[in-house]
Amino acid sequence: MKKHSAKSLRVFAIELAIYAAFVTAYFFLVLHALGNWLYRLEMQHRVLYAVVAILLIAGQAVVLDAVATRLFRFLRRVWR
Amino acid sequence: MFFPISHSDINPFYLAVVGFLIGILVGFFGVGGSFIAGPALRLMGVDWNYAVGTDLAHIVGKSIVAARQHRTLGNVDLKLGMIMALGTIAGAEGGAQLIQVLKRAGNVNTVVSWVAIVVYMSISVFMLWESQKTLRLQKGRSHKTAESKQDHSAFGPVTKKIQRMKIWPMISLPTSGIEKISLWTILLVALIGGFFSGFLGGGAGYIRMPSMVYVLGIPTHLAVGTDLFEIVISASYGTFTHAIKGNVDILIALVMHTGAVIGAQIGAVATQYFAGPKIRLAFVPLPLIGVAIVVYTLLTGHKF
Repeated sequence: MKKHSAKSLRVFAIELAIYAAFVTAYFFLVLHALGNWLYRLEMQHRVLYAVVAILLIAGQAVVLDAVATRLFRFLRRVWR
Repeated sequence: MFFPISHSDINPFYLAVVGFLIGILVGFFGVGGSFIAGPALRLMGVDWNYAVGTDLAHIVGKSIVAARQHRTLGNVDLKLGMIMALGTIAGAEGGAQLIQVLKRAGNVNTVVSWVAIVVYMSISVFMLWESQKTLRLQKGRSHKTAESKQDHSAFGPVTKKIQRMKIWPMISLPTSGIEKISLWTILLVALIGGFFSGFLGGGAGYIRMPSMVYVLGIPTHLAVGTDLFEIVISASYGTFTHAIKGNVDILIALVMHTGAVIGAQIGAVATQYFAGPKIRLAFVPLPLIGVAIVVYTLLTGHKF
């Protein structure tokens, strides 16, 4: 049981490190680029901005969750 | 990193770490963690109206992930969630309108801070009292093993009385094990939760989750999952209405959410290892952390 927990923890730590690298790249490549466009949208078309905001956060949730889950599964398979 | 919409300069890694910690709370307690997220944004100098709206947007993403996890674990009562979403949306609009009034009056930061302090402290004190009483009651019982993970509440007799109130229409919630309850009771609980969601930000799970357990009598595990499911709908509406009013910085929400994804996975799995009263007892110090941050921002001029 203890051995199993230690293994899960190790896999999780590796997952966290890889995920952090992905997310850092995402900050600078995607979010930074979106900044100005979203700012203009918020100033000029509030309703459209509201819709885009919900779509962005929902889309990111689904995609990042899928990435994190697959990454975790993959690492567990490799570690076994 | 500069966030032009809310005119704030915040380290994105700070936001991701805050998101990660809140993600754990979401998965484990079923609450959005706005009692931490809102104050954490205030700590960085973000105005309350932006903290409230942005936290709502952030919560949409977190709740989608966590609700899916809970649905897989069988912790969601869909019928209850859909009914509650209606009441919450109405309440959230009321809360958002009040924020607008305060914004125009120029005292949104002070008023929301004080309301947050009172609400968060009340929740902690109540949950401490209730969960300790319940755990003492459980210890006194002779039945052990089989019942050890069953959900009990010291508020049980009051819950039963509320369930017996016959205000038409009465509905049944088979998934939650409730034979009959007034539709209006559910809507009222949702309306109050929705109001706090629109006013203090987040999904207001800190109000709704305890209300679902103590007032409606929903088992804690189901209350956690159903609350998350309902938050997806109501927080989306809250985000929309706050964004139209110019209170949402979606970039901050997106950055915070990147950390929440991993945190939510850990939290959801952890609920399987604890019984209801223990989950509630562990919840007690969390709103107090939010109180400490709000008091700090009030004393020091709202900036870390």
